[in-house]
Amino acid sequence: MDLSAIDPLILAASIMVASTPILLAAIGELVVEKAGVLNLGVEGMMITGAICGFAIAVQTESPALGFIAAAVGGAVLSLLFGFLTQYLLSNQVATGLALTLFGLGLSALMGQGYVGIKAPATSDFNVPLLSEIPVLGPILFQHDLMVYFSIALIAVVWAVLKYTRIGLILRAVGENHDAAHALGYKVVRVRLIAIMFGGACAGLGGAYLSLIRVPQWTDGMTAGAGWIALAIVVFASWRPWRVLLGAYLFGGVTVLQLNLQAVGLDIPVVYLSMSPYLITIIVLVIMSANRGGGALGAPAALGRSFHASS
Amino acid sequence: MKFTSILAGAVLAVGLSGAAMAQDKTKVGFIFVGPVGDGGWTYEHNQGRLALEAEFGDSVETVFQENVPEGADAERAMTQMALGGADLIFTTSFGYMDPTLNVAAKFPNVRFEHATGFKRSDNVSTYSARFYEGRAVQGHIAGRMTKTNKVGYIGSFPIPEVIRGINSAYLHAKKVNPDVEFSVVWAYTWFDPAKEADAATALIETGHDVILQHTDSSAPQAAAEKAGNVITFGQASDMAEYGPSPRVSSIIDNWAPYYIARTKAVMDNTWVSTDTWDGIGAGMVKIGDISSAVPEDVKAEAEALRDSIASGAYSPFTGPINKQDGSAWLGEGEVADDGTLAGMGFYVEGLTGDIPN
Repeated sequence: MDLSAIDPLILAASIMVASTPILLAAIGELVVEKAGVLNLGVEGMMITGAICGFAIAVQTESPALGFIAAAVGGAVLSLLFGFLTQYLLSNQVATGLALTLFGLGLSALMGQGYVGIKAPATSDFNVPLLSEIPVLGPILFQHDLMVYFSIALIAVVWAVLKYTRIGLILRAVGENHDAAHALGYKVVRVRLIAIMFGGACAGLGGAYLSLIRVPQWTDGMTAGAGWIALAIVVFASWRPWRVLLGAYLFGGVTVLQLNLQAVGLDIPVVYLSMSPYLITIIVLVIMSANRGGGALGAPAALGRSFHASS
Repeated sequence: MKFTSILAGAVLAVGLSGAAMAQDKTKVGFIFVGPVGDGGWTYEHNQGRLALEAEFGDSVETVFQENVPEGADAERAMTQMALGGADLIFTTSFGYMDPTLNVAAKFPNVRFEHATGFKRSDNVSTYSARFYEGRAVQGHIAGRMTKTNKVGYIGSFPIPEVIRGINSAYLHAKKVNPDVEFSVVWAYTWFDPAKEADAATALIETGHDVILQHTDSSAPQAAAEKAGNVITFGQASDMAEYGPSPRVSSIIDNWAPYYIARTKAVMDNTWVSTDTWDGIGAGMVKIGDISSAVPEDVKAEAEALRDSIASGAYSPFTGPINKQDGSAWLGEGEVADDGTLAGMGFYVEGLTGDIPN
């Protein structure tokens, strides 16, 4: 065993890259759930975003256009969910699961011509001046733009939810849609916008996988990342900054256990492999103990359908 | 009365024609562990399936199910396929071993073929390829090419097939480079591009400049390409799109001849349960083109090694070889028997770390 072979700077940078896809998907889902909608189709939207982004990036040779296409692709797919659950009042859990299955199939179909093709390279963006700082520079300020974007998005979501009128309306819709309706807010419209935002974020997360982290297209490449994003929202008890913490914690343990294996740490691999999930469970237990059980801050109207007549 | 008899007649006619069709066509089913577009293991099995269709045309019908988890769900998928009238079912991953035997016991008239396993019955055959022969060639190139003397190996699950590959690669790397060290990272998945990419990145960042993989996607190739100065080998499929560097060679699984032969046996009613384990010599394992990134002399040595294995003149597990704990396994000139290889659960001397169980 030679722990010195692990460079903490490089490790920290890898963790940020590994965490970004679930971070993006989770912050999108947080907004959706804050509006009172439970969309279990994150995995499906992520993988659709992954192929949309990859296909467009390959065709145009522009990763930026790829990311835009991924956001659009994820949002369009989420509209399907929005139409079914908001207008036809279908069950959100069942529709979300169906959306995942549909997304996986659709992406495999769309991706048939893209297996084995390389993605155009994305360049790292070194923040001027800041990237020169010793130690912190390489960790924090020498990434691709999407890493910064994802962190900025957390800040924006936090600020909007906490300080703006839009955020207040969104939360009102998620806590008590009847009251929000009585006040004259368009519950369905607000929810649809939130669903589309969630879809766009999931799509971006998927594209980050296919364009930067892996980077290539293979069928089923998200391999459960969408479900982890869903878990992180609960883990974060619906708070934006805790989403960042949860995503980095999860990504961190995943990357760290691979690094420890690479330098031959003498801990049975099975413990390392299950550690991310174990830590998630432990944190959930601690958090629920602190708040005396209960809903852990879940929006009161989460998963309930709304119709103006009822 | 009249109406019901017409109806009964119609049902009978449909039933008869269905039976007649079933007799005409041999239905062959495939259970895949990953998606057919994985670019590796499942991709090659699917190529075998397509070759089967090309060979027999209308007299054969193939069905497949992809992304079948190893475990209880696999039994359901196989049962469904058997109930759907399949005459022959290929189950193409190690973890399908017990599910295959369970389902086979319920359908004595359906023939099953399980890849890379070691349990057989009257209607279950096993087949596998001697991938470790290809690993020997990779190990040789890895030992000669590494500059840091650190070779990373992404393992899937600690099963005999994977451990054989690690041992074979290590022995042949060590032979040409006594200073070489292997680090094994267990991914605990056959297919998860993000995790495979992370594993490759972790190995590269800790100073390994040759990455061998026993997982199915080409994500480690992409990670190596991004890092530069790292070489990799295509796994199961050629992965030529990552050549000439980082991918410098590959092991290609070639299942088509076997699938065609076994389907023919079912058609001719000569199918019996057997155990097939073919390597480079029989063409089931192919060594992908060794790229221009490999120096000429190394390439020539690797090809000579390949040819001597193919001709049977040399076995990758030829003594003297000790086990990891230092106890003797094979004496001078002794060659490992297939039984020991099939159940291999130990590292050879020089490898570090424990095999998880």
